[in-house]
Amino acid sequence: MKKLMMATATIALMAGSAHAEDAKIGIILGFTGPLESITPNMAASAELAIKEVNDSGKFMDGGTVTSERADSTCIDATAAAAAAERLITVAGVNGIMGADCSGVTGSILQNVARPNGMGMISPSATSPGLSSAEDDGLFFRTAPSDARQGEVIADILTERGAKSIAISYTNNDYGKGLSDSIAAAFAAKGGSVTVNTAHEDGKADYSAEVATLASAGGDILVVAGYVDQGGKGIIQAALDTGAFSTFFLPDGMYGDSLIASIGDGLNGTYGTVPGTDSEGAAAFAANATAAGFDPTSSFTGESYDAAALIMLAMQAAKSTNAKDWSAKVMDIANAPGEKINAGELGKALELIAAGTDIDYVGATAVELVGNGESAGNYREYTVNGGAFVTDKFR
Amino acid sequence: MDILNAIVAFVNFVVIPATAYGAQLALGALGATLVYGILRFSNFAQGDTMAFGTMATILFTWWLQSMGVHFGPLPTALLALPFGIAVTAGLLLLTDRFVYRFYRKQRAAPTILVIVSLGVMFVMNGITRLIIGVEEQNFADGARFLVTAGDFKRWTGLDEGLAIKSSQAITVVTAVIVVAWLFWFLQKTRTGKSMRAFSDNEDLALLSGINPNRVVNVTWIIVAVLATIAGVLYGLDKSFKPFTYFQLLLPIFAAAVVGGLGNPLGAIAGGFVVAYSEVFVTYAWKKVLGYLVPADMAPDNLIQLLSTDYKLAVSFIILIIVLLFMPTGLFKGKSS
Repeated sequence: MKKLMMATATIALMAGSAHAEDAKIGIILGFTGPLESITPNMAASAELAIKEVNDSGKFMDGGTVTSERADSTCIDATAAAAAAERLITVAGVNGIMGADCSGVTGSILQNVARPNGMGMISPSATSPGLSSAEDDGLFFRTAPSDARQGEVIADILTERGAKSIAISYTNNDYGKGLSDSIAAAFAAKGGSVTVNTAHEDGKADYSAEVATLASAGGDILVVAGYVDQGGKGIIQAALDTGAFSTFFLPDGMYGDSLIASIGDGLNGTYGTVPGTDSEGAAAFAANATAAGFDPTSSFTGESYDAAALIMLAMQAAKSTNAKDWSAKVMDIANAPGEKINAGELGKALELIAAGTDIDYVGATAVELVGNGESAGNYREYTVNGGAFVTDKFR
Repeated sequence: MDILNAIVAFVNFVVIPATAYGAQLALGALGATLVYGILRFSNFAQGDTMAFGTMATILFTWWLQSMGVHFGPLPTALLALPFGIAVTAGLLLLTDRFVYRFYRKQRAAPTILVIVSLGVMFVMNGITRLIIGVEEQNFADGARFLVTAGDFKRWTGLDEGLAIKSSQAITVVTAVIVVAWLFWFLQKTRTGKSMRAFSDNEDLALLSGINPNRVVNVTWIIVAVLATIAGVLYGLDKSFKPFTYFQLLLPIFAAAVVGGLGNPLGAIAGGFVVAYSEVFVTYAWKKVLGYLVPADMAPDNLIQLLSTDYKLAVSFIILIIVLLFMPTGLFKGKSS
């Protein structure tokens, strides 16, 4: 008992003695629930960044970073807030990497992070709603908002000379949100949206939906659906009836099965899919493979970048206090400064300590825009000769 | 020229799809109406009989394809049809032997038989999904088009294209042949006449020496023929997925009731009434009207009565209106 008391007292002393060299990062992801298959790899990516920093020995003049996992459940806002509360009050974390799903992320932000003044960086919350959420400057994300894809798509359509578009979207939150953001962005650029209508997945026949789209007309049909579902049916029916000959395919429509089932009719169709060709992505993939997990799993690069940004911002602020480091995140993530790829965290810490500006590029070519969210990177492609041909990255 | 464009757009997006769909519904409704006329109950398993028959035909199609057998420009599935029909007929006869006959002997009320057929529907649905899975299956081969939209535009110089899929043409031709054969069978052959006698008055038919088991078995075989052909044509024209066949039940019964349950001619008329109504009500008329009226009067909105999401609701509405105002249907079938 005496020993325990002493130990507790020592820890309390250490914590209170303003060493400010050690830091603890809470990793709150849905280890149970709908995303349980990808969250272990996401957490492993964040821990990879932490290990890299510790191995360099340059964090806060020789401090170490530890981490603690917590379960966001992805769907239960109350459970997620309780887990985050525990991370802050019991585990005493200095920053939160998470959460994963948009709903629980919003809940943690409003119920736990803001009242406690805790900074958080989410690797995978993509809801446009979070862009305008009150965050006291404490919330960032390394994944792009779904609204961002709409802007990128509107840019591409305008550049390729489309004056009017028809949109058919899959009837759920993803389809509706994406089609609305495409329609708004395209209209803002002076184009006209002839029709923006839903299709249900899993039907045998889409000729009625296509008849409506054909009646509205347009230079190109944007199909914001799923490649193995109604999206394919819409394209097939539109080609069969000659209603449209060119299509635009957002991320849900990218897949080899589409080319296999539609065939030559798809040539000339173009689209976007998230992706980057940066050196950082390759470096991250190599490190992740060496660490024993799959780098191609969803949101791994984003998770690595989220954890890395927290630690680099702490180094820049010379403080593990969330109010201090969260003010530095935008500086670290964006130009000007020396570019830092994934795997170069030691070098970054050194540069920051020496007072040099850095521009963190990381595994996913991070560029934070607006209210502190990733601008995202998209691969623009055209279907040509039965294959997806990459045009450029943007 | 503009009137021509309007007509072509109308034919391409309304007439052709609605005619093919109507023919498929008519064949399905014929099966339902025969069961109602002769066995005196509404067979809820009709949709899933179509799914089962199509599944059997798909399996034989794959087998034929793997043997390198092809049917030239026509889909191989047509060659596999007789095998599919045989398997389906076998299943229906077994179902009748072990399920329906039991209730027929007890002279069960039609309501009970309807619920029994509901049970049969679930079992058939389960068998189909167990054997082929719930995924979409593609079994169409041969030439896809009679006329493609692009070719049509090149030939005529019109702005609007007209496409006729070979599956649509096959559907209509097959439906005409099958219906003609069925009417000949019912009107001219001895078995057909005895079926009609059985349907009109069971007791008198039995007195005159008609074998009831034979009539029942022949009815099931004809139902298997109609259901399998209707299902395969629907699958060739659209796509095969067990669950969508289950959803076909509503338009099929709407068609049978509109025409008058138990009346074969009514089932055919009903199929086309339902198909055309569904397409007419959910079609956006903007394009057609845009060609017909002067440019400054061209409509800005879609001129669409109902969103395409409500397509299925159209069958419901027709069903309710007919039952309210014309319970015996257009062709005076048996009152339901």
